[in-house]
Amino acid sequence: MAEMASSGESPEILFWVGCAGSFDDRYKAVTQAFVKILNKVGVSFAVLGPEEACTGDPARRAGNEFLFQMQAVANIQVMNGYEVKKVVTACPHCFNTIKNEYPALGGNYEVIHHSQFLQQLINSGKIVLQGGGEFKGKKITFHDSCYLGRANDVYEAPREVIKALDVELVEMKRCRTKGLCCGAGGAQMFKEPENGNKDINIERTEEALATGANAIAVGCPFCLTMMTDGVKNKEREQDVKVYDLAEMIAKDMGV
Amino acid sequence: MSILPQLAFLLVLAVAGFIIFKRVGYVRRNIFLGKGEIRNDQPNERWKTMLLVALGQQKMFKRIVPAFLHLLIYVAFVIINLEVLEFIIDGITGSHRIFAPFLGTVYGISMNIFEFLAIAVLVSCVAFLIRRNVMRVERFTKPEMKGWPALDANLILIIEIVLMFAILTMNATDQILASRGVEKYVLLDGLFFSSFLQPIFVGLADSSLIFIERFAWWFHIVGILAFAIYVTYSKHLHIFLAFPNTWYSNLKPKGEINNMPEVTNEVNMMLGINTENSAEPPAEIGRFGAKDINDLTWVNVMNAYSCTECGRCTAECPANLTGKKLSPRKIMMDVRDRAEEVGKSMDNGGPGLEDGKSLLGDYITKEEINACTTCNACVEACPINIDPLSIILQLRRYVSMEESGTPAQWNAMFQNMETSFSPWKFPPTDRFNWADQLKNEETK
Repeated sequence: MAEMASSGESPEILFWVGCAGSFDDRYKAVTQAFVKILNKVGVSFAVLGPEEACTGDPARRAGNEFLFQMQAVANIQVMNGYEVKKVVTACPHCFNTIKNEYPALGGNYEVIHHSQFLQQLINSGKIVLQGGGEFKGKKITFHDSCYLGRANDVYEAPREVIKALDVELVEMKRCRTKGLCCGAGGAQMFKEPENGNKDINIERTEEALATGANAIAVGCPFCLTMMTDGVKNKEREQDVKVYDLAEMIAKDMGV
Repeated sequence: MSILPQLAFLLVLAVAGFIIFKRVGYVRRNIFLGKGEIRNDQPNERWKTMLLVALGQQKMFKRIVPAFLHLLIYVAFVIINLEVLEFIIDGITGSHRIFAPFLGTVYGISMNIFEFLAIAVLVSCVAFLIRRNVMRVERFTKPEMKGWPALDANLILIIEIVLMFAILTMNATDQILASRGVEKYVLLDGLFFSSFLQPIFVGLADSSLIFIERFAWWFHIVGILAFAIYVTYSKHLHIFLAFPNTWYSNLKPKGEINNMPEVTNEVNMMLGINTENSAEPPAEIGRFGAKDINDLTWVNVMNAYSCTECGRCTAECPANLTGKKLSPRKIMMDVRDRAEEVGKSMDNGGPGLEDGKSLLGDYITKEEINACTTCNACVEACPINIDPLSIILQLRRYVSMEESGTPAQWNAMFQNMETSFSPWKFPPTDRFNWADQLKNEETK
């Protein structure tokens, strides 16, 4: 972003990478896949790089409002400094926080989740799919992320993206408004679960496997981790893969 | 005829009215133990939500069988209460079926509809008793339902069954008397359902029948008044509070957590940002987050009084489903129980909020609130838009900011965020490293 700004360019979108997209080895692949798609279709975008900080989502949800606002205010200063108008992110937690919680602190942007952005690119013909590639005809189930679904009522965009791949979309017993959490929301990602008789991601993975799907599609870094761990726990990692939507589209486009 | 029954009726009505008035004031005061919050924006949207969710029971229909049975009881409750109007006028004036002459055949038809609804309520209540006590539907048998909550639920169903029997008995004996031409009794064009009860009574003398008919009449009206008082002590308060509760729904996206302006001021000062407000001396800062009911908002407390303990929230809660201690329904029941405890203490000249107890600690444990994934399944599940998550988050804020009592792993996460601006301990300069691989590919 800094480079573009210094050369007087103003990109169409700011791609908010998020901490998982920057540091988590598995999710870095999603960041790369999404960037390849953007490059391929020629969307002008920028990233904040080292100027980006955590949105503060887990701090706020763990109760630490001070820390949340410290992060948020700093991020807003950076974004307002670059006169950012439109933000795209591959993380529903960042999406929710920037879209819904930054306005109260002076950060007003058009914020969209990458599933929505991909859907727009597909609908406008900018992404031309090759007919599903390795996914063609396969059974795919989509796991709703709480912060995309119930939190922001985005249920159809990710499904439209999957359907564009010419696959069979199968739904889990609990989906859309009744979707079951992967277990990582509300800062649970960063601590061990409380005592219980089962881990939430195992419960959800069992439900996903019960659909007989060959792959589980997700749109959230935390869900990706939790579902991947769940599949490993069930020793099904050989035949059931967990993908982010952008990875599936990138594979199909051959980028 | 003596004027005594009329006087007795007026006395009963006045006493019941007085008690209900006092009880409404008590519940209202308890609700307003919560902090002020203004939620009057978007009135059109609010009316629409109330009409759809409370009046139209939109969210009940996610579970079709109980929704249908509940709808029958609800429609019957609203419509049979029209008849209560006649009861009251009859009771005061000493008349009998005062509307009958005015409405003619419409009256007979109405009475048949009422009887049909009474049967529908009977069947539904029996079905609900079976679901609770025989089938033992899982959400009705969770630990927080032991004792009074389970008894309360059964009592309501039994009272409704008894009241419906009173109506049918009254109509059956009333029509036998009318057919015998006993003075004051009005012969209607046949009442279908209660006629099945008539064989039980037909052998009795007029005087016995009049006694039974009068007894049933009094039982029904006194029963209804007593029930109205009982409701204010019971989870059944939802029949009234569902309406304001849905009107004051949270209309923002469910994922949005409210901002704390008192924190914003401090953060801006720390970061050296000048805002319009920063010139003002900081307003008196109370407690951060919530420890007790007076730290919650009045909407939170109203939510608690509106809760009918159906447990749909708990049945959808991922933490509860996997055996954790958290139950969103218990959160709501705890808030109400604590508000009741404080309210009673205040009325008895006791210490009220200063009784050394608090919602957090004495009712709700940290283990419960720490199990929440903030997934909003409970909020989505509630048929009347109760928001347990809002309460959980306010309790977490208190634990974090006033007690510094969050779990150690969260404290470590906080530290990472403070020092490296990420919940994981990576140097911020590595944030762009993901691009190296792409750059390498491009240069190849």
